[in-house]
Amino acid sequence: MTPESFAFIAGVVKSRSGLVLTSDKGYMLETRLGPLLKRDGLASLDALALKLRDPRSSALADAVTEALTTNESSFFRDGKPFDHLRQALPVLARARAPGSLLRIWSAACSTGQEAYSIAMLVQELNLEGRRVEIIGTDIADSVVARAREGYFTQFEVQRGMPARLLVKHFRQESGRWRVSPELRAMARFERGTLLGDLRGFGRFDVIFCRNVLIYFDAPTKTRVLNALAAQLLPDGVLYLGGAETVLGLTDRLAPLAGERGAYGRPREAALAG
Amino acid sequence: MTGESPATCLVVDDSRTVRKAARRILEKLGFTVAEAGDGAEALTACRSSMPQVVLLDWNMPVMDGLEFLRAARAEFGPDHPIVVLCTTEAAMEKIVEALGAGAQEYVMKPFDEGILRDKFVQVGLLRDEAA
Repeated sequence: MTPESFAFIAGVVKSRSGLVLTSDKGYMLETRLGPLLKRDGLASLDALALKLRDPRSSALADAVTEALTTNESSFFRDGKPFDHLRQALPVLARARAPGSLLRIWSAACSTGQEAYSIAMLVQELNLEGRRVEIIGTDIADSVVARAREGYFTQFEVQRGMPARLLVKHFRQESGRWRVSPELRAMARFERGTLLGDLRGFGRFDVIFCRNVLIYFDAPTKTRVLNALAAQLLPDGVLYLGGAETVLGLTDRLAPLAGERGAYGRPREAALAG
Repeated sequence: MTGESPATCLVVDDSRTVRKAARRILEKLGFTVAEAGDGAEALTACRSSMPQVVLLDWNMPVMDGLEFLRAARAEFGPDHPIVVLCTTEAAMEKIVEALGAGAQEYVMKPFDEGILRDKFVQVGLLRDEAA
């Protein structure tokens, strides 16, 4: 692959997803895009780059972006945010009027493991009559469709999830495992990009946006964090991935005292907002 | 590992190949590994030296995994050793049966390092590395 082809493909992916592909990621393009080349009968990544230059190739550009941004996921990935949510959600619920709806956003939800983990956790909490709505969004159509269906392989249901929760919340359907109708009714999945206008998603009590910012350059990180802060209620909680931070990127979010990976809106900003 | 000294895992499976594969992963995760070829051997091993955890196949000659589990719970109580089933039995009712008989966790074969690590995190023998 020529450097020009690499730069062109990287540019397409960045404009659609924010994902920054550094020049050492050539192998990643080879392995992730191989199936796509085969499907479209393209001989090489250079041929792919050439085809992407055609303005009518937006479906192909979507497929390329999807292949490069889909990541492995597991239930209750990195236990800490879920431990924190277990404590934080009843507090948030008590701060809301009885009967009100708490909204939780799984941004970059992939195949839905995070959203359904949140749903399982909510089921074990007493929120004194407050209801919970979980919204999962991802830029990749195929994973959003999978998340909505709620089917998981035997391999997937064993990653991160205790057997006790598997038998409680899943049904077995011809070799696959499907999330129970009760949990599926708690979660809604939509296609959406973090680079677009986030106001349409509404405001949230809790936002999970983990292991997404690591792929963005600093200006994009700042832009996304500010947009997320604007959708977070003044006392809401934002969870980022273990390798991610708001420090040096925005002052509209600050780490919660004594917590790792949990962020809130600083008081001044909350008053101003 | 959460403890100071390495925990011992008794791998119980009638297939030498499976025992070897499990041993390789568990040693990498920091466990000391012992092996048994069926439930009766496993029970003898527990009586002479109690492991922290037993990785337990279901279908074996002489004494199967569930018979071992019931015997171990009757003799040693509900908490020791921790029992993680590891079997090709993958039907919901089998998992329910094993948990009901006192197993702490359940692995459906085939397994890999990721699955075993996650399950040993679930039973509290490994730290969640990202936490």
